[in-house]
Amino acid sequence: MKFSESWLREWVNPELSTQQLVDKITMAGLEVDAVEPVAGSFSGVFVGEILTAEQHPDADKLRVCTVAGPDAEPVQVVCGAPNARPGIKVPFATVGAKLPGDFKIKKAKLRGVESFGMLCAQTELKAGDDDDGLWELPLDAPVGVDLREYLSLDDAIIEVDLTPNRSDCLGIKGLAREVSALTGAELKPCDCGEVNATIDDRLNVALTAVEQCSRYVGRVIKGVDISRPSPLWMQEKLRRSGIRSIDAVVDVTNYVLLELGQPMHAFDLAKLSGGINVRLAQADEAITLLDGQEIKLNDNTLVIADDSGAIAMAGVMGGASTAVDASTQDLFLESAFFHPTAIAGRARSYGLHTDSSHRFERGVDYNSAQQAIERATQLLLDIVGGQAAPVVSVDSEALPKALTVVLRRERIAAGLGFAIEDAEVERILQSLGLGLKSRSEDGWVFDVPSYRFDISIEADLLEELARIYGYNRLPTTTPSIPVPLPQKSERRLALESVEHQLTARGYREVITYSFIDPQLHKMFDAETEAVSLLNPISADMSVMRTSLLPGLVQTLAYNLKRQKQRACLFEKGMRFIPKASGLDQSQGLAGLIYGAREANSWNNASGDVDFYDLKGDLQSLLSLTGKEYRFVPTKRAALHPGQTASIVLDDKEVGVIGALHPQVLQDLGLSKPAYVFEIDLWVLGGAEVPTYTPISKFPEVSRDLAVVVDRQTAVADMSEVIKGVAGEHLKDLSVFDIYSGEGIDPQRKSVAFNLTFQHSSRTLNEEEINNATALVVKRLEEKFDAKLRQ
Amino acid sequence: MENLTTLTEEALALVMKADSLPLLEQVRVDYLGKKGHLTALLKTLGSMSAQERPAAGAGINKCKAQVQEQIGLRKAKLEQAAIDEKLASETIDVTASGRSSEHGGLHPITRTMRRIESIFSAVGYTVEEGPEIEDDFHNFEALNIPSHHPARAMHDTFYVDKTHVLRTHTSPVQVRTMENTAPPIRVICPGRVYRCDSDLTHTPMFHQVEGLVVDKGISFADLKGTVDQFLKSFFEADVPVRFRPSYFPFTEPSAEVDIQCTHCEGKGCRICKNTGWLEVMGCGMVHPNVFEACNVDTEQYTGFAFGMGVERLAMLRYNIGDLRLNFENDLEFLKQF
Repeated sequence: MKFSESWLREWVNPELSTQQLVDKITMAGLEVDAVEPVAGSFSGVFVGEILTAEQHPDADKLRVCTVAGPDAEPVQVVCGAPNARPGIKVPFATVGAKLPGDFKIKKAKLRGVESFGMLCAQTELKAGDDDDGLWELPLDAPVGVDLREYLSLDDAIIEVDLTPNRSDCLGIKGLAREVSALTGAELKPCDCGEVNATIDDRLNVALTAVEQCSRYVGRVIKGVDISRPSPLWMQEKLRRSGIRSIDAVVDVTNYVLLELGQPMHAFDLAKLSGGINVRLAQADEAITLLDGQEIKLNDNTLVIADDSGAIAMAGVMGGASTAVDASTQDLFLESAFFHPTAIAGRARSYGLHTDSSHRFERGVDYNSAQQAIERATQLLLDIVGGQAAPVVSVDSEALPKALTVVLRRERIAAGLGFAIEDAEVERILQSLGLGLKSRSEDGWVFDVPSYRFDISIEADLLEELARIYGYNRLPTTTPSIPVPLPQKSERRLALESVEHQLTARGYREVITYSFIDPQLHKMFDAETEAVSLLNPISADMSVMRTSLLPGLVQTLAYNLKRQKQRACLFEKGMRFIPKASGLDQSQGLAGLIYGAREANSWNNASGDVDFYDLKGDLQSLLSLTGKEYRFVPTKRAALHPGQTASIVLDDKEVGVIGALHPQVLQDLGLSKPAYVFEIDLWVLGGAEVPTYTPISKFPEVSRDLAVVVDRQTAVADMSEVIKGVAGEHLKDLSVFDIYSGEGIDPQRKSVAFNLTFQHSSRTLNEEEINNATALVVKRLEEKFDAKLRQ
Repeated sequence: MENLTTLTEEALALVMKADSLPLLEQVRVDYLGKKGHLTALLKTLGSMSAQERPAAGAGINKCKAQVQEQIGLRKAKLEQAAIDEKLASETIDVTASGRSSEHGGLHPITRTMRRIESIFSAVGYTVEEGPEIEDDFHNFEALNIPSHHPARAMHDTFYVDKTHVLRTHTSPVQVRTMENTAPPIRVICPGRVYRCDSDLTHTPMFHQVEGLVVDKGISFADLKGTVDQFLKSFFEADVPVRFRPSYFPFTEPSAEVDIQCTHCEGKGCRICKNTGWLEVMGCGMVHPNVFEACNVDTEQYTGFAFGMGVERLAMLRYNIGDLRLNFENDLEFLKQF
C-alpha cells in the first residue's frame, strides 16, 4: 500500500516528523518499505501561463514565449518543448530558481534570443515520469503561485508492506486509525454523510449466492457529465498512491477504495438489462473483462449478472459490456461485501490480481459498504453532477456476526511474561476499536470490530497488547526446562565425523540443486521415472534427482570450464526415488575425484587419480563404522562396465563406486577419467562398539605367496578362500603385489599375498605353518587354477 | 731414552696430521697398540736395573698417556667435522611446501548450520529432520494455512502433484515432531527448502533452521531471551536486537527480528538499505490452531518457534555478497571456507 503522507495527516496528524511516523508504524508491524519525496528538491518554480509563442528566428525546434509568472510583467522565455503554445499553464522556473541536481536557472541567450527562465517537464522537477514535453497544469491553476505550494509537493510517498492479516490498513482510514492508536492523536471522522435522493430510480438486486455475498449495496445516479475531469487534488492523491487518473467515475471509485478500503464498481446503467443477480458462474460461462481479456469462468467463481449473463467477476474486475465510457450518462454504483473465502485464490486462478481482489480476499469491513457508497455519491455529484437515487441494500443471513473474545488476565502474564496493568489493557484494546463488553474477576470480554478479520481468539488480543505496548519494552527471559543427561549411543556415528574424514582427505563439500535436467537424469538413471515438478523454474531444473551423481558431475564440468584441472568433491543430500512401495526420500553421500592426485607441486610426480584412490578414501570412511563391506563387480548406467563395484553390507547393496563411462566423459567434455561413489547415508550412521581381544605375546611368522591366475579372477574371492583354509592362526592377510605384463601369459596375472600367523598362547612351529600354507596353495590351485609362481 | 722422545714426537705429529678417523686409528695402533712402538718400549724395561725401571716406566706411560689424550682430542674434532659435513650436505629448503598438504572443507551453508546446531544443542535442543517432498497437510494445513489463504501467495510453492509440494519451510518438521513427541519439546530443524522464485536475491532452493520449544509456562519473554542470546552467540558480538510485530499464520504473536547492521554498526549503509537494521529471523508463539492440529493441549502448554534463513546468516558472517555464489559451487569460492 502506497500513500501520500499529507493525505494520512488529513485524517490524523500526530506531532511526529516523517521519520518518526515511519519508525512508529514500522515498529507496530506495518513495515515501511520506502519513503520518497513527492517531488525533487527545487525552489523558485511558479505556475506560469504562456501568453504568446513565436517561432525562434534561427532555430527550428525552439519557440520564443512570453510567460506570465510571479512578476508584474510577463517575461520572455525560449523553450524547446513541442507542446509550448499560448494558453497553457506550466511550471515556470524563474531566474534564480534551483532545480533538482543543484541546477541553477540564469539569464541566458539561446541562438541570439534572450531567455529569462525555463519552462519545465514533470521529470525535470522529479515530480513524475511524464517527460513528454511541458507539464501541463490545470487551466484554473493560479498564475504566479509557488508550484510546491499549489501542488502540495512538500509531501512524501510512504510505501507500507502490509502482512496479509492487516487488510484493515489497506485504506487511509484504517492506517489513520492505527496511527491514532499508536500516538493518541485524534482521528478525524469520516466525511460519509447520507446523500439525499432526488430521484427514485431503483434496480432490483437479488443475492443468489448468499454464502459468498452477504451484503450488496447499490445506487442509481442519473445525468452525469463524464467529460468533466476529476479535480487536481484527487488526481494528485491517486498519483501518489501509484494510480493513474482515467476519468472522474473511475477516479472516484479508486479514491474511495484507497480512502476507505472499500472496493467499488460503477456500471453504465444504460447497458444493464434487467436487475442485478449475484450468483456463481456457470461452468464455462464467458465474460469479457474491462481489460479486454476473454475468460471462460469456473463454477466456483462469483459473478455479478444481469439478464444477459455475467457482467462482472465479483470483487475482481468489471466486464467490458457494461463499462462506463465517454457516452455514459447514467450510472449504477456497487459497494458490496464478498466473503474472503469466495474471492481467495479466484483471481490468481485466472492469472489476475487487482486492488479489489487483493482487499476482498484478505477481508473488507462488512460495515463499510454503506459509508463508501455515500462518500462516492457525494464526490461524483460534486465532480460530474447528476442526481442520486436512494441506496438499495440487500443482506443475506450469512452476513458475519460481531465476534467477542474472552481475555483472561492470567494468560497475559503467562503468555507475554509480563502482567500489563488492567487500565492499560483496556486503553490499548479500546484504542484499536475493540469494544469492552464486560469485565470480571478473571478478565474481560471484548467486541471485535468488523474490520479486524485477524482477531478471533485470545492469542490475537495478546498480540495486539504486545504490539501496541511495544515488543521491545516487554521483558526478556531465559526459558528454564530441566535438561536430563541425554542418551548417547556409541553405536551412532555423528555425521560430523564423516564430514571431517572427507575434508581431511581433501574433499570439498558442494551443494547442488535437488531438481536437475531430465536429460542428465536419464543419462544416470534411465530406468527410474523421476518425480517431476508441475511448475519448474526452468526446463533444466524440472525433475527431482534420484542420485547425487548428476549434480557432482555437473559441478565438475562447471569448474573445468573455469580452468580448474582437478577436483575432489562430495555432497550430502536427499534423493527422491519412486518405488513400488511409494516415494523413497533418503539421504545419500556421494564423492567425485578427477585429475592430478595432488595439486601442482614441486615434488609431485604422482600422476592422475584412479579407481583405487577413490576406493581408498571410501574404505577409510566405511572403516569408521567398524563393519565389513564387500565390493562386487557390477554394471551401471553412466559408469564404466569394467570399473564399477556395488558396495554390499550384509548382502544388501548400500552404494556404488566406479569410473564414469567413457561415453559420458565425452558427452560432458571431460578429458580425463572421473571416479565417483554414492552410498546411502544411513550406513554411516551406525558404528560397532569395539571389543578388546587379548594381544598375543608370542612371535608372528609371515609367509609370502605369489600365484598366477586368470586375469578376471577377483582378489577378494581369492582372499576369501585363503581365509577359509589357512586355519585359525592366520592373523593378517594382505595383497602386496598384483602384476601382469612381461614374463606372464597375457591372459594371466600374478597376485602376491602376505600371510601372517600367530598363536595366542604359544609359538607356532614350522610344520604348522608349512601345512597351512600348503593347504592354501592347494585350494587356490583347485578353485582358481592358480600356479605357484617360482 | 732418546728413542722415547723421538717416538712420542713422531706419534704426536702423525696424530695432528691424521685427517680421517681410519688414519687416526692407524696411528693409535702403530704407537699404542699391543705391538705399537711406544708399547714396545715398555718391553725394554725388563733389561733395566731395579733403580732405573720405575722412572723409565713412568716416563713411557706418561708419553703414552700424552699421545692417547691427543688422539682423543683429535678424534673428537674429526667426528665433529664429519657430523658438520653430513649436516651441510643434508640441508634442505624448509620453505618449500610439504606433500599432500591440501585439505578440503565444508560448504559455508553447512558450516553455518553446524554452528547454529552446536549453539542450540549445547543447551539440550535435539536436531530433527524430515522429508523434502511434503504433503499439503504438514506444509500448510497443520500450520494454519488453509488452501486459498493469502499467505500461500507468500510462499511461491513448487508442486509435485495436487497434494504434494516441495516443502516451503522446515516448519513441517515441527508438526511431525509434535505429532510424535510429548512436551517438553526442544528441537531445531535444519534443512533445504524450496520456493518458486529466482532472481538476484532469491534462489529456488535455500536452507532454513527452525526451532521449537513447547512446555508449560513458556512465554514471549522466553522467546525474546532465546533469540537474543542466540544472535549474540552466533555473531560473537553484543549486537543490538529488536523485535518487530509481523505476521505468520502459524504463530501469534509473531515477530520479525532485526539486528543492528553488522556492516555499519547502525549508521546506515548499502547492506542495511540505510535503515541501520538487518532482518535476520522470524519468530512467534505457536498458534493455538497449530497445537490443535498436532493434538497438543493448548490450555496446558505454550510454546515458541523461530526460523532463520541460513544463507542470510552465512552471507552476513562470511561477507558473501551474492546469494547465487552458494549454489554455483565454484572451487575458488568453496576453498575459502
